[in-house]
Amino acid sequence: MRKPSVAIVDYGMGNLFSVKNACEQVGMEACVTSDAREIRQADAVILPGVGAFGKAMETLRQLGLVDLLKEVADSGQGKPFVGICLGMQLLMTKSFEFGEHEGLGLVEGVVQSLQVSVQGGLKLKVPQIGWNAISLPTRGHWEDSPLDGLTGGEQMYFVHSFYVTPMGKDTGVDLSKTSYGPLQFCSSLRKGNIVAFQFHPERSGPDGLRIYRNLAQWIQSDTMFNEQRVLNA
Amino acid sequence: MSVRVIARLDIKGPNLVKGIHLEGLRVLGKPERFARAYYAEGADELLYMDGVASLYGRNSLLEMIRRTSQEIFIPLTVGGGLRTLEDIREALRAGADKVSLNTAAVRNPQLIQEAARRFGSSTIVVSIEAIRKGDGSYEAYTDNGRERTGLDAFQWAVRAAELGAGEILVTSIDREGTGRGFDLELTRRIAESVSIPVIACGGAGKVEHVSEGVNEGRADAVCLASILHYGLIGSLMEHGDFSSEGNVEFLRSGRGFSRIHGVPLPKIKEHLIKSDIPCRLTSRGEVIHA
Repeated sequence: MRKPSVAIVDYGMGNLFSVKNACEQVGMEACVTSDAREIRQADAVILPGVGAFGKAMETLRQLGLVDLLKEVADSGQGKPFVGICLGMQLLMTKSFEFGEHEGLGLVEGVVQSLQVSVQGGLKLKVPQIGWNAISLPTRGHWEDSPLDGLTGGEQMYFVHSFYVTPMGKDTGVDLSKTSYGPLQFCSSLRKGNIVAFQFHPERSGPDGLRIYRNLAQWIQSDTMFNEQRVLNA
Repeated sequence: MSVRVIARLDIKGPNLVKGIHLEGLRVLGKPERFARAYYAEGADELLYMDGVASLYGRNSLLEMIRRTSQEIFIPLTVGGGLRTLEDIREALRAGADKVSLNTAAVRNPQLIQEAARRFGSSTIVVSIEAIRKGDGSYEAYTDNGRERTGLDAFQWAVRAAELGAGEILVTSIDREGTGRGFDLELTRRIAESVSIPVIACGGAGKVEHVSEGVNEGRADAVCLASILHYGLIGSLMEHGDFSSEGNVEFLRSGRGFSRIHGVPLPKIKEHLIKSDIPCRLTSRGEVIHA
């Protein structure tokens, strides 16, 4: 059986190599690329990223990747598309990080700042850097999702100053919630062929690797399904 | 939000070393071996610090980062000898998640801003190594505590945060390697003066020091070296598994470090949980391929 291939979008931001290492660890063929052809051909696309939203969109535009990513994520085939950290935020309609910026608009929602809130007389530290628990949203389950096999309460590694809130037609795409001080935010989501994580599964130890294994299985079966469909056509 | 336990590995050439007050380094073994063990034991993060980075050392360090990040799936911070944006880029491309800056940031504070803009604030850790003065003030030092800067440690911390640092790593040179506990005043005053996470480093010699660093030092994370290394070496030697590596004769003799009795990482986390300090426990039943 052929290894599933993953294109990790390289737009100069973030820990691309941690993502690549995790993909390879679970048996995927990963390439770090900004080449349109390679991104189209891959079985799945990962949009990683650490850094500022506005700068990231600008770079994606300069590289001519904005329309391509929208096309790949939105296409009828529904190729698995994974956003991580800033890559999750870029999926949203718009962000309020240093002004107002338009995102890829693949998920209806906004990106807002983790407010520096007061709790027990202590300021919350922003960025949130460190391990925090993910839990199930009120309605929902993780069976057959990228979080399959986790039970809730697992700690994942977060590094961020902003968070997403899906809304409108995409209210309810939340896959997990996480609390930071008084705030509860969407720490992962799933919408059709799109999944995204605010935390870094590739840096979240064995529980994070389990998510990558789930992703590998999903991409593998999706690829087989699509190949079958092509053969039958 | 959990308190992070960070394993600090001081690197010299191909070796893990440890000294006192950042000097008098002893070879303890191969860093990768310690890194793997700490990952398996539930370390929340690793810090590779190459205090004597030379040109040769630089390449061997990058190679070490590459190997480590391929088999260890927790954040890895790398520090020591990073002077330019290009140095930082290289470390990140080799697989580091964050970099720690000291000397270069003191010489050129704008580097913090440029690096934060280019790689994101959360990628940039500013390391402050401080010595307590007779009058109770603290001065920041560079080059492993050899060079004075004339900078007040607290003012420097505030400035570094303003320039865009994502975290501050605070090391007490007075306490480093001594096992006498963190400098709690230094840690607390820095933690209270900035709104970014602060990592306490230098001096932890027993589990109580670790909880003190959090409760009294107000640290968001603790960075441990000797206490972990001697704990691991102890268990490796018990299993007769350490004969081919490290400065074994020195380790057997136990000279010089009698104050620090190693404690394995899971015991440290157990202590934190007992002290009502939230921290991450690794899930049971999952085999870690290290």
